[in-house]
Amino acid sequence: MTDIIVAPATPVSDGGIAIIRLSGMDCLSIVKPFFQTPSDFCDFDSHTLYYGHFHNADGNVVDEVMCVCMVSPRSYTGEDVVEIHCHGGRIVVRLILDTLLEHGCRMAQPGEFTQRAFLNGRIDLSKAEAVADIIASRSELSASIAADQLSGCLSKKIYEFRDVIIRILSLVEAYIDFPEDDMDAPHIDSIDSDLSVLLCQIDTLICGFEEGRILKDGLSVLILGQPNVGKSSILNRLVGQERAIVTDVAGTTRDLIEECVTLSGLSLRFIDSAGIRDTNDPVESVGVDRAKSQIGSADLVLYVVDGTKTVLSDFNEVYGLLGDVPVIILVNKADVAGCTIPSFLTNYRCLLLSAKDGSGFDLLADEILDIFKLSGSEQRESYLVSDRRHRDALLRCQQYLLQFKQDFLHSCSPEFLSIHLRDALSALGDITGETTPDEILNTIFSRFCVGK
Amino acid sequence: MSTYGVKYDVIVVGAGHAGCEAALASARLGCKTLLLNLSLDAIAQMSCNPAIGGLAKGHLVREIDALGGEMAHNIDATGIQFRTLNTKKGPAVRALRAQADRFKYSQRMKQVVENQKFLDLKQGSVVKLLIDGDCVAGVETRDGVVFAGSSVVLTTGTFMRGLIHVGLNNYSGGRAGEPPSFGISEQLHALGLDVGRLKTGTPPRLYSGSIDFSKTEEQPGDSPIRPFSFLTKEIKTQQVSCFITATNERTHDEIRAGLDRSPLYSGVIEGVGPRYCPSIEDKVVRFPEKDTHQIFLEPEGVNTAEIYPNGLPTSLPADVQLRFLRTIPGLESAEIMRVGYAIEYDYVDPIQLKPSLETKAVNGLFNAGQINGTSGYEEAAAQGLIAGINAVMKIQDKEPLVLKRDQGYIGVLIDDLVSLGSKEPYRMFTSRAEYRLLLREDNADQRLTEIGRKLGLVCDARWQLFQNKMEQLETGNKILTEGRIVPSDKGMLKHLGIDAISNGQSYRDVLKRPDVTISQLVEKCADLAKLSSEVTEQLQIATKYEGYIKRQVDQVAKYNKIESIRIPAEFDYAAVSSLSAEVREKLENVRPVSLGQAGRIPGVTPAAISILSVMLRSR
Repeated sequence: MTDIIVAPATPVSDGGIAIIRLSGMDCLSIVKPFFQTPSDFCDFDSHTLYYGHFHNADGNVVDEVMCVCMVSPRSYTGEDVVEIHCHGGRIVVRLILDTLLEHGCRMAQPGEFTQRAFLNGRIDLSKAEAVADIIASRSELSASIAADQLSGCLSKKIYEFRDVIIRILSLVEAYIDFPEDDMDAPHIDSIDSDLSVLLCQIDTLICGFEEGRILKDGLSVLILGQPNVGKSSILNRLVGQERAIVTDVAGTTRDLIEECVTLSGLSLRFIDSAGIRDTNDPVESVGVDRAKSQIGSADLVLYVVDGTKTVLSDFNEVYGLLGDVPVIILVNKADVAGCTIPSFLTNYRCLLLSAKDGSGFDLLADEILDIFKLSGSEQRESYLVSDRRHRDALLRCQQYLLQFKQDFLHSCSPEFLSIHLRDALSALGDITGETTPDEILNTIFSRFCVGK
Repeated sequence: MSTYGVKYDVIVVGAGHAGCEAALASARLGCKTLLLNLSLDAIAQMSCNPAIGGLAKGHLVREIDALGGEMAHNIDATGIQFRTLNTKKGPAVRALRAQADRFKYSQRMKQVVENQKFLDLKQGSVVKLLIDGDCVAGVETRDGVVFAGSSVVLTTGTFMRGLIHVGLNNYSGGRAGEPPSFGISEQLHALGLDVGRLKTGTPPRLYSGSIDFSKTEEQPGDSPIRPFSFLTKEIKTQQVSCFITATNERTHDEIRAGLDRSPLYSGVIEGVGPRYCPSIEDKVVRFPEKDTHQIFLEPEGVNTAEIYPNGLPTSLPADVQLRFLRTIPGLESAEIMRVGYAIEYDYVDPIQLKPSLETKAVNGLFNAGQINGTSGYEEAAAQGLIAGINAVMKIQDKEPLVLKRDQGYIGVLIDDLVSLGSKEPYRMFTSRAEYRLLLREDNADQRLTEIGRKLGLVCDARWQLFQNKMEQLETGNKILTEGRIVPSDKGMLKHLGIDAISNGQSYRDVLKRPDVTISQLVEKCADLAKLSSEVTEQLQIATKYEGYIKRQVDQVAKYNKIESIRIPAEFDYAAVSSLSAEVREKLENVRPVSLGQAGRIPGVTPAAISILSVMLRSR
């Protein structure tokens, strides 16, 4: 395990300090070119904190940072460790991570620092089970975050990339392994168009990551409820601006509306959804389905009810959809006289509030923080790490494809072309899972009539 | 029941390509060995294609040879057409293929086996394994003879409960004209082994006198010939040509018209067939847009009139076979001598084997060849060789020989079998080898001769030849590094087709140029000219492909790191609570011997490997 890994060692949120940690032999040499001190000191002493600036590859200052190197074996992992203490903003952390990832680091796997510490004897051998548990639980969380992150079209795109690469690879491999089956050499025309489109699409996607556009940050809080109970008003109140259109007409919100809010340092992503009801309006009906589909990936559901109504039809039905997701029931319209918490809700986690005058919202913040503290959110791999992991995979994939293209244009023998394509697939494998030789053979046999 | 007086160290059941290699290896290692076959007139039969080698398969034969096996010698002595495939591609994917005189191939192998010290060849159909506790103790034949043995290698080919299909007719048989074997697969099942069913097929054999070769395209062999064995200096056998023709739409119409009587399409055949060796009816059905398929007419020997039409395996009824054959140019009046058929047979999923090819269920019992769900003579021979070696290692209480994936196709083959199992007949392809650039035909000796020598299978002649090559390589490398071309050396530059250079360059740097070849350097350098052509070829490959080779060498280093972390046989996966139930079940099923192997089991996640690495460290 000589490769150098990097990851934020602190939860990533706005404000405060963040620590980015690297581990691996001679990891200081990766950081050094980007770290500049005001004084002209020659070298790092181990276990000494230095003040300076972190520059990106273009020489622009990213942040004012403190940097410390802990030489092997006197470090957390037992390997050389470098920590960069920077400001806590997501953008700063992202820029520093990206610079390091582009210059020889790879993103640490969930629990990998702990794993290395253990394997290097820095953690008592009797603690093996605890270490294994940490790896297991973090991997699981990381997988669920990645799934959340990659939901929908992004994930579809990456799987499409993989399929295109497999298709090109199957041409190359069939040409190698079936010389007697009158297989033609992979022709420039058949591969070139596929490859150009693929490279273009990957580039677009990477640019999105570059700008942080893909980043789906924070814990997702889904606002759910029947039509016209004030869901959108509550979102507007939480965000502090008129984000969603609010009308008296039931069913105004049809698509999902997302807004990010930082609450006591915790990043939350509120999702306003269409009111859940049976409807004949096709557009609204799609909205209702989307609202329901969000439930599985939500970290918390705010279920809004109208406090001026005593009878709530369908409450149990909708509540039943929520499964294990934690819920706070918001009884809205506290500003209207006679608004109370209905008696059948007293056994639930309930809050009386008013989206109109803002009463009860301070308590809501406490309730939300309370829930996430209990669920140990600090243990989680952050969305930012997951996001950078994906960008890293795509970047490596792109590099191998460019090498492939170059060798292909130079008419290299197919077994060399195959190496680039396999490496490109393996880079995507961090997201899609490994592509086995059998999958490639499958593609060959389904596409070409080969074999005698 | 009578007990045969001798107690054998190793008993090999079946004298096909796997069995012969197994028995020879065992006997050559000094163990008292018995080789049993149903019929002594059918040793090392080529039941299907009369050819050895091809992509990845030629690689296997070279590796078998480097380890001291017999297959390469046998084909060199009996081959009637040799060709190197992929000559226009890089050295890693060039491969040798040869047509055999299949009768001479069989005869010669029988002679080698008969003349081998410590090896007894006997006729007998094994109906039962003798089991003592959880160890194998010998075999019993249909004739009521009991042979005691410490290890048993099963190489049953397609014979276990073999069932032959021609159209909707079917009958028991292990190969056309030969009876099947009964008893062993039932017993293996009773011993707790999972026994499955596979299928394969073969084309009809044609009478050469009925073929109009003038309507076909002649395909001669190579000249000069590159032999399979590192020891063969020259091929002395008579060489013949093959002939190429092709199917057409009329052929396909006849085939389609016969599909209602195809055992494949009427559901009579249950066994899974190989995707890479589809029957002609399969090709026509699955690729309707292809209006022609190539057919190679291959002679089965120099003293026979039988022709093997490669590309036409079929289990259609005999009348349909004849009808579609006669639509093919050159075959208008073709006569069938033996009909094509499909055969179903029992196999034992190799996921139940250790990497030594010993069954996990029964101590001392080894499986090799088609019984492990593979196809191909070369795949079988490779396993036979390893099973024979390891049967001996077992008796002598030594570490088994397990080749790694970076050491040879044999390593890839066996690791795939025991880690992934097989659900269809497994054939080797170069695409299965992740370190393909390192596993070349030309360097099989450099990868494996030392291993063979340590085992005791490599004879002095081979060892001497190998050492000589290694010494020459060293000399050659020195010359490439030290030999220099200076800017003033106009004659040399002109010879190499280089305009001018500004500074002096080593031979190696010059050789890296795409247009410069080692033979150009050899012409001008007396020291290089002293080296053998095999050696200069090695120098050229190592220099020209240095970048790619380095990339693979780095990958191998990573692979070896995780491969070297052993998992003890008694490791308790149930006690690792952080592994998911699904992963745990997969690991318990395969019981990988190393962390690397664990990672190759489908469904075992990288996180599971991290967890295992932690748990293994704590032991």
